[in-house]
Amino acid sequence: MAGTMKRDYSLVGESARRAIETGLASAEWYHTDVPRKAMKELMQRSDGPAIRDTIIWIVAILGSAAGGIYFWGTWWCVPFFFAYGVLYGSSSDSRWHECGHGTAFRTRWMNDVVYQIASFMLMRNPVTWRWSHARHHTDTIIVGRDAEIAVMRPPDLLRAALAFTGILDFRYSLPALVRQAFGKLSPDEKSYVPEMEQHKAVTAARWHIAIYIATIALALTMRSWVPLVLIGLPRLYGTWHMVLTGLLQHIGLADNVIDHRLNSRTVYMNPISRFIYWNMNFHVEHHMFPMVPYHALPRLHELIKHDLPEPNPSMWHAYREVWPVLLRQLRYEDYFLKRELPPTARPYRGEFHDVNMAAE
Amino acid sequence: MADWVEACAVDDVEDEDVIRFDHGGRTFAIYRSPGDEFFATDGFCTHEQAHLADGLVMDDIIECPKHNGRFNYKTGQAKGAPVCVNLRTYPVKVEAGKVMIQI
Repeated sequence: MAGTMKRDYSLVGESARRAIETGLASAEWYHTDVPRKAMKELMQRSDGPAIRDTIIWIVAILGSAAGGIYFWGTWWCVPFFFAYGVLYGSSSDSRWHECGHGTAFRTRWMNDVVYQIASFMLMRNPVTWRWSHARHHTDTIIVGRDAEIAVMRPPDLLRAALAFTGILDFRYSLPALVRQAFGKLSPDEKSYVPEMEQHKAVTAARWHIAIYIATIALALTMRSWVPLVLIGLPRLYGTWHMVLTGLLQHIGLADNVIDHRLNSRTVYMNPISRFIYWNMNFHVEHHMFPMVPYHALPRLHELIKHDLPEPNPSMWHAYREVWPVLLRQLRYEDYFLKRELPPTARPYRGEFHDVNMAAE
Repeated sequence: MADWVEACAVDDVEDEDVIRFDHGGRTFAIYRSPGDEFFATDGFCTHEQAHLADGLVMDDIIECPKHNGRFNYKTGQAKGAPVCVNLRTYPVKVEAGKVMIQI
């Protein structure tokens, strides 16, 4: 008798095999029709916005770090490190992301430099994560294929809560870097990093570990926590904003579909969060057209919103929407929030909805 | 000996842009550089089979619309992750306002 089988989130397991067999892997995704001329304008690259935003970012990082050091030993250092932590541990995620796509700056080396720095700040191997993110865009929330599913089903709410503290990043990211520095890539990593690129992942991990060792040595020499509070530990205490915004990208929505309108979420956010997040709150738009730079996403949103679900008007609204879905998924992991398309939307190809990845 | 095939009219390709050309069950990409020269490559990205004609031409680079992989469309050379495999290129000539490629 056929029974229900749990989702297998490993990239080399049963779900991966089924995703390939059913055509969910590397499938053709739904795209809203956009005239070539308009899309070409939206895709245009420019160094200006990203240089401006990066200067603001760096000045804010250096300023908050200077304030934290100046007031070290008093409570006045707390607001400075609060800001520094978010700039280091959260803003770096969107910089990593956009520069990884190569869309932030027009000039390639500028993307690469910011990408490497942001990867270090995030304790992410710049090589393995570049490839995992390419997979994420190929097979977004396809179980057994997507290496970047933040909350799996049934949801582990404790794990999701701990993510806000950054503890899990230390628990997994740092040991992963150490493992990679010793030349060992996991089977999952080997499934999406081409063999010819794997040695680069090892080299990058060794550089990261070397910097951490130097930082620890400096802290010991100075007999001070300051070097560690500035380098490394912000990944613990500054991660919360990245998680706050990032979780909303796909949480509670459909998996195993090939329409980003159904598995991704656009949320209107306040200007500060949008600066930290580099407009990735327009997440349906980003997934549908990853060629469009972050600074053009609001224009893209205006162009295609007639074809997309209604955006959540705030983060608060989105979390209120998500919470009951997560609670229900604890008992019924196949449950998800079905996005309603507007009357003006083109219909979705529904055949992939009929594929039940959890059923055997 | 490979054949010369008419791919499109010169005016079909805008400045610094790319279009798709299907022929004989194969797909090609025809480029017009900022210097007003024409080039041709295979039409799909070597990484994930996306149509390069949906991508963006910047100077001598074509960027794939799916994962932002970049190639030099003049030489076919892959310009870094997530593309590793070069594109195949094809000779191009312009005759009587038509873009011809040798395939």
